[in-house]
Amino acid sequence: MKKVSVSFTLNGNTVTAEVPVIWTLLKTLREYFELTGAKEGCGVGECGACTVILDGEAINSCLCPIPEVEGKSVTTIEGLANEDGTLHPLQEAFLKNNGVQCGFCTSGMLMSSKALLDQNPDPTEDDIRTSIAGNFCRCTGYVQIVESIEMAAKESK
Amino acid sequence: MTDCDYLRPDNLEETLGLLKEHGPRATLIAGGTDVMVKIKNTKKPPEVLVSIRGLKDLKYIEKRSGYHIGALTTHRMLEQSELVKAELSALHDGASRVGSVQVRNVATLGGNICNAAPSADTAGPLLVLDALVFMEGPEGKRSVPITEFFTGTYKTVLKKDEVLTEIQIPAEMEHFGSAYWKHSRRKAMNLPILGIAVSVKLDGEIIADARIALTVAAPTPVRAYKAEAFLKGKPMGDEALNETGKIAASTECCTLRDSLRGEAWYRREIIEAYVPRMARLAAERIAQRRSK
Repeated sequence: MKKVSVSFTLNGNTVTAEVPVIWTLLKTLREYFELTGAKEGCGVGECGACTVILDGEAINSCLCPIPEVEGKSVTTIEGLANEDGTLHPLQEAFLKNNGVQCGFCTSGMLMSSKALLDQNPDPTEDDIRTSIAGNFCRCTGYVQIVESIEMAAKESK
Repeated sequence: MTDCDYLRPDNLEETLGLLKEHGPRATLIAGGTDVMVKIKNTKKPPEVLVSIRGLKDLKYIEKRSGYHIGALTTHRMLEQSELVKAELSALHDGASRVGSVQVRNVATLGGNICNAAPSADTAGPLLVLDALVFMEGPEGKRSVPITEFFTGTYKTVLKKDEVLTEIQIPAEMEHFGSAYWKHSRRKAMNLPILGIAVSVKLDGEIIADARIALTVAAPTPVRAYKAEAFLKGKPMGDEALNETGKIAASTECCTLRDSLRGEAWYRREIIEAYVPRMARLAAERIAQRRSK
C-alpha cells in the first residue's frame, strides 16, 4: 500500500506520520498516534464523534484525507486540558452540569464547542445549538450539554 | 481497500495537466464530504485522487459588476458572509442548512453542484439567482447557465478533464429579493424532503419578475417556468401567490414521486404552501434591505 509522509502540528507538537495515503486523519490519530479520544461513530460525517479542530475550525476527521493535513495544526481532545492536568473550562462545565452520560459523543461535543468559543466567546443559545448540530448524543442529554457550554462561556469571561 | 494516488496540485494549470495525464482514472476532490463518503461506502477509492483544496485562488466572494463566487468557497463562508445574507439571501439560506458546521467548514459550493444531487441545497438558490457556471479545461474557459448545468441525477455537463472554477450571479439580481426553504424533518443533518427557492423583483405592489426553483421534485433541480410566467405582472397577494403555488406543484412544473423521505401527495402540498411563503419572504427582504 502506497504510503505518504505527513508533517503537521498535533496538540502543539510537531509530528510526522508515515501512513497509507488513503488513510483519514481519524484513522491516523487513532492507529498511528494511538490517540483514541476522537471516535469513529458513523465514519461518514454524520455523527460528529470524530470532531477535531483543524487550523481553528471544527471538522469531521473521518472525512479528512491525511495528505490534506500537511503543514496544518490539529487539536484533539487530548490537547484540551493544560499540561499540568488542570481541565479546560469546557471540561469542568461538562462535569458540573452532567454534560457527560455514556461519553461516546463527549470528545466531539467538546471540540465543536471549543471551536465555537474560540471564534465567538459570547454565543447565544442558538449559536451553541448550531455549533453542536452535527454532534449526535444518543443518550439524549442535549439540554445539559447546552447548559455546560453556556456555563463555560460565562466562566471564561 | 485498493491502492490510490493522492495528488495535490498548487494551481489550476497543474490540475488540468494532471486530469489530462490520468484521464478517466482520476477523480477530483475538494472538501471531500461527498467523495470520501462514496469511497467509504463502496470501499473502492479511485486510482488517482486529484485534490484541489490547495487552490487558494478559487476561494472568494466578491461583488464587482455582479457577484463572483470561487468554486472552492465553503458553505461556512457563504453562511457567514454579510453580503450573501443581505443580497443573495436564498444562497445564504441554502448554504446554512447543509450538514453541520463541521461539514460546512470544508464542503465547497462547487462540490455541492458538481455532485448534482437532486436535493443539493445550493442548487435551488442558484437557479433563482440566474447563476452562470464557469469551467476551465484543455480547450479553455466556458460557461453555461445553471439551468443547463444539471443533466441528470448526479450528472452535469462538466467534462472529466474540466474544473468548475467560478459561479457568477448577474448584477441585475441585486434588485431581487430571494428565499429558500429546506423542508426536512430535523433542523440539521438531514436531506430535504423538498426544497423551494423563490426570487422576486417588485415594482410597487406588482411582481415585476420572478423565479421559482424546486429540488427533490424531479431527477434534477428544476425551474418552475409556468408558475413564474403566471406570477409575473400580478399584484403581491394571496390570490396570485396561492395559484402560483398550485401551478408549481402541478405536473406542468415537476415530477413528484413517492420515496422513503416523503410521498408525492405530501410534497405537492408542501410546494403549494411554501411557494407563496417564500415569495412573501423574498419580497419582505427587499423591503428590509431598503430600510437599512
